[in-house]
Amino acid sequence: MARHVIAPVDELPPGTRKFLEIDGRPIAVFNIKGEYFGLMNRCPHQGASLCEGPLIGLAQSNNPGEIEYTKLGEIIRCPWHGWEFDIRTGQSYCDPRRFRVKAYPAHVEPGASVVKGPYVAETIAVSVESDYVVVEL
Amino acid sequence: MNIQFRENQEAASPLTVKTAIADCDIHPARATRTELYPYLAKRWQHHLEVYGVHAYQGMMEGPPYPKAQPNASRRDAYPPEGGPQGSSLSFMQKQLLDPNNVQLGVLNPLNTGQGIRNHELAAALCSAINDWQIDKWTSKDKRLKASIVVGNEDGLSAAAEIRERAGDKNFVQVLLLSRNVEPLGQRRYWPIYQAAEEAGLPVGVHAFGFGGNPITPSGWPSYYIEEMVGHSQCQQSALASLVLEGVFERFPKLKMVMIEAGFGWAPSLAWRLDKVWQRLRSEVPHVKRPPSEYIREQVWWTTQPMEDPESREDLFDVINWIGWDRLLFATDYPHWDYDEPSRVLPAGVSEANREAFYLGNARALYGIG
Repeated sequence: MARHVIAPVDELPPGTRKFLEIDGRPIAVFNIKGEYFGLMNRCPHQGASLCEGPLIGLAQSNNPGEIEYTKLGEIIRCPWHGWEFDIRTGQSYCDPRRFRVKAYPAHVEPGASVVKGPYVAETIAVSVESDYVVVEL
Repeated sequence: MNIQFRENQEAASPLTVKTAIADCDIHPARATRTELYPYLAKRWQHHLEVYGVHAYQGMMEGPPYPKAQPNASRRDAYPPEGGPQGSSLSFMQKQLLDPNNVQLGVLNPLNTGQGIRNHELAAALCSAINDWQIDKWTSKDKRLKASIVVGNEDGLSAAAEIRERAGDKNFVQVLLLSRNVEPLGQRRYWPIYQAAEEAGLPVGVHAFGFGGNPITPSGWPSYYIEEMVGHSQCQQSALASLVLEGVFERFPKLKMVMIEAGFGWAPSLAWRLDKVWQRLRSEVPHVKRPPSEYIREQVWWTTQPMEDPESREDLFDVINWIGWDRLLFATDYPHWDYDEPSRVLPAGVSEANREAFYLGNARALYGIG
């Protein structure tokens, strides 16, 4: 599993997302309240750019009339057909047995650590003093 | 550099289909509220400003149910220059026509003058929409062909509009909606079928419309999801009416296209019609043949929303009954229930059937080279 530097932390503040292509794969990385998540940016249903949809919550109900709305801001809704996926795990809520979107671990690493390793991105070597968002795939 | 930033999201197309396709249900939209004014007499511009438009449905200023996404459209389909989804030709080319190799795109404008109470206004708006389709779309991109929009509740003015456009190569079908004031086989609509048959144009029946009746046969439902499945119920009653009122018998060269209401229900509807017709045919002696025969001979079906049963064999059974020569591929762009061309047809279809499904049937029906 290779680590890829996505951006300096300042460029991905909470509530934002970044789209990129890594090794030919479309990836989206989210900052949700300071936590980072990476997802394959392709809906497993019909191939839409999944992460261009809105981040919503999860509406669940044990009984008609009782609605619980949880995971606010943690569910990505496909811009085409509205299929919902958990950005933490890539799990589908409409057909979890057959469909899942690939999730990639994303986190912050200090600049000092990423510049030392073999995963240096030339573009960010100029700012080693800052921390970087790193995704693994 | 080990990453590439995708600067231009508008160019994003996750998959492309190399084989040429027809898209038989594209919805062009107006970028601005007054975009039709150049095609409307001052008298009607004034009318719109002062009185607005009133549908047969009461107490509504928009769709009767909230849609799943803004404008019932894909969230990634906002044109970069602004305006609603489907309102930009250049963006439609970039997002739909070019990457999917669409060779024939049939335009079905919605929210037109169809189904509004003032029949003169309806006729004026429909005619304006038709002029607008030529000016903004079909004359600018030869892949696009328009549907003649008609004020469907006034059969005579609708027929006049069809006759005026007949022979114009910008148009390939007449467009009706499935929710009307009365079931579509009734006589008030016959002038439309007569004019379409004379012009050699298929009549498309697109899901939706405001006929003033509850949108399911058992009343107003609670949820949008019920409206979605209600489209197929509505098309079934429209089709039964067309058969049983004798429209197909009276207009044997008429071709109907059922648009955006699925097709998986077609065999069971036909079976049921055949069964009751055998017992009750004396009530409708003008229906001279089993209903299924008219349906198989005179009805085509657009694919979106493509049936998606768990087993592809179930899908193939349905299509085998309908006929591989009767399905017309459609995406419903830019609407949110868009079907992606490369994903809708399971493996295991012969090359000839695939070609017919994606392009050949549409070319043959619409008479496009």
